Amino acid sequence: MRPFLYEQPASTPEAIGAAARHVPPHGEGRIQAPAQYLAGGTNLLDLMKIGVSHPPALINIGPLRAEHGAIEADASGLRLGALARMAEAAEHPAVLRDYPAIAQALRLAANQQLRNMASLAGNVLQRTRCNYFRDPSWHACNKREPGTGCAAMEGINRRLAVLGVSDHCIANYPGDLANALAALGAEVDLVAPDGTGRSIAFEDLHRLPGDTPHLETTLRPGELITRFRVPAGPWTRRSLYLKVRDRESFEFALASAAVALDIGGGVVRDARIGLGGLAAKPWRSREAEAVLKGRRLDEAAAGEAAEAAFRTAVTHGDNAFKPELGRRTLVRALLQAAEMEI
Amino acid sequence: MDITLKVNGTERRLAVDVRTTLLDALREHLDLTGTKKGCDLGQCGACTVLMDGQRVLSCFTLAVAAEGTEITTIEGLAGEEDPLHPMQQAFLEQDAYQCGYCTPGQIMAAIACVHEGHANSDDEIREYMSGNLCRCGAYPKIVAAVRQAKPLMERA
Ligand SMILES: Cc1cc2nc3c(=O)[nH]c(=O)nc-3n(C[C@H](O)[C@H](O)[C@H](O)COP(=O)(O)OP(=O)(O)OC[C@H]3O[C@@H](n4cnc5c(N)ncnc54)[C@H](O)[C@@H]3O)c2cc1C
Ligand code: SF4
Ligand code: FES
Ligand code: FES
Repeated sequence: MRPFLYEQPASTPEAIGAAARHVPPHGEGRIQAPAQYLAGGTNLLDLMKIGVSHPPALINIGPLRAEHGAIEADASGLRLGALARMAEAAEHPAVLRDYPAIAQALRLAANQQLRNMASLAGNVLQRTRCNYFRDPSWHACNKREPGTGCAAMEGINRRLAVLGVSDHCIANYPGDLANALAALGAEVDLVAPDGTGRSIAFEDLHRLPGDTPHLETTLRPGELITRFRVPAGPWTRRSLYLKVRDRESFEFALASAAVALDIGGGVVRDARIGLGGLAAKPWRSREAEAVLKGRRLDEAAAGEAAEAAFRTAVTHGDNAFKPELGRRTLVRALLQAAEMEI
Repeated sequence: MDITLKVNGTERRLAVDVRTTLLDALREHLDLTGTKKGCDLGQCGACTVLMDGQRVLSCFTLAVAAEGTEITTIEGLAGEEDPLHPMQQAFLEQDAYQCGYCTPGQIMAAIACVHEGHANSDDEIREYMSGNLCRCGAYPKIVAAVRQAKPLMERA
C-alpha cells in the first residue's frame, strides 16, 4: 500500500472542506480520484492493498455517522443515512416489514463482520470484482488504465456482465443493495465541496461503461452522498431479493433479482424489477415491468417478462449461461413475490 | 503517528505508520498474536475482533481509525488464572478445530453471533458464521460448539 495523507474530520463541512483541498475541479466518478472518503474501508482498503487504488489522501468519514447514519420511515417513504451500516439497515424493523427486498439484499451480502463495518454509500459505490481489474499484473484493463484494452473480453469472464456492456468493458456491478434501490426508484442526496446540495435519481448515479469504463459514477469531484430516499408505494411490501450464487452464503451474485409488485384484483397493477450480478451497473428493467402491467402473474407472463429483460443481452464465451440463469432467477422471484402473504 | 488503542481493557500507546491495519498493530506492535492473518483481504475471518462489542475484520480497519474504540481480542476473553470463556471451553470440548489457525477468529465471531441473537438454529449459525473459513473443515463441530456455548453465555 502506498502512503497517504490521513484526515479525520469531525463534521460534514470539515469533510467536504478536506475534499475541496485535494480534489481538482474535474474528473467525475474516477477510480483514481486524488482523495477518497473512507467509510467502512472494506472496498477501498482492499483495492489499496492489492495495488489497484492509490489515493494520495483518505478522508475518514466514519465520525460523520452521527449526522448521516439515521434510518427513518414514514408514510412518504424510507430514508437511509449514507453512513448507516449494512447490518443496521438489514435488521431495522421498518425495513424488514415494509421494504423486505432491501433487508434481504443486505442480509444476503458479504458476511456479518463486513456488514458491521460497511456503510450503505460505500456498498453502493463498490467496484467490480473483475479478476483483471483486481490484478494489476494484467496490463489490459480499460477500467483501471484507460486505453489499455480489456483482458476479460477473451479471458475468464464467467461472472461478468451480459447487460449494459460495451466493447471496452464487460465488468459486472457486483453489489446487491443497489439493484433493490434502482428497482424501487430511490433518490440520492448529495452535498458538494462548496456546500451546495442536490438530489439525483439512484438510476443516474452509476454510468454505463461506454468508451469510458474508468468513469463509474456521475458524482462530481468531492461530492459526498448523505442519504438514500426510497419512496413509499403499494409495491414495497410485496418485494423480495433472490440471489443465486456459487456457494450458499458469503458470495457475490451470479444472478439476482429485486422485484416489487402491486397486485390487485388478480392482476399486476405495478411492477418494479431490478437485476444484479448480470449488468454493468445496478439494473432496472422497465422492459420486463411493462410486460407485466395489467396482467395476471402466471408462469407464462413471468417468462415473457424475463425474455424482455434479456433481449439486449450480449455474452462472451464463459458467461454464455448467464442470460438463461438470469431469466430463471427473475421468473422464480416474480412467482415467489406473487405468492407472498402481506 | 502516535496513537492510543484500548485493547482488552488496557490503554496502549504506540507509534504506527498511517497504513498500519489494526491487525498488524495488534500482532506486530502490541505482541497480541492470537488474532490471525489469513488472507489480509477480508475473505477469511481469521482476523475477527470485537470493536465496541461488534465483530469486525481487523485487516480492513486502519489502526488510526480504531482510536477511541474498545477492542477485544481472543487474549481478552479470560485472564491467566480465570476459567475459559464458555465459547473457548465449548470449542475445546467439541474438538472444533484441527490446525487451530482459524480458531481465534471463529471464537470471536461465535461470541458475537450469540450476542446478536443469530444462533437460534444450526442453519442460522451456519449462515451467520459464513465469514469464517476453516481450511481444515471443522464446520460441523464449530456449529456444535456454538450450540453448546449459547445457553451458558445467556445464563452468565
Ligand atoms: C470478501 C467480500 C465479500 C463481499 N460480498 C459482497 C456481497 O455478496 N454483496 C455485496 O453487495 N457486497 C459484497 N462485498 C462488498 C462490501 O459490501 C463492500 O466492500 C462494502 O459495502 C463497502 O462499504 P464501505 O463502507 O466499507 O466502503 P469503503 O470501502 O469505505 O468505500 C467504498 C468507496 O465508496 C466511497 N464512499 C464511501 N462512502 C461515501 C459517501 N458517503 N459519499 C461518497 N463516496 C463514498 C469511498 O470513497 C470509496 O471509493 C464483499 C466484500 C468482501 C471483501
Ligand atoms: S471487463 Fe472491464 S474491468 Fe474487466 S478487464 Fe475488461 S475493462 Fe477491465
Ligand atoms: S485476514 Fe482479515 S479476513 Fe482474512
Ligand atoms: S482448524 Fe485449521 S483452518 Fe480451521
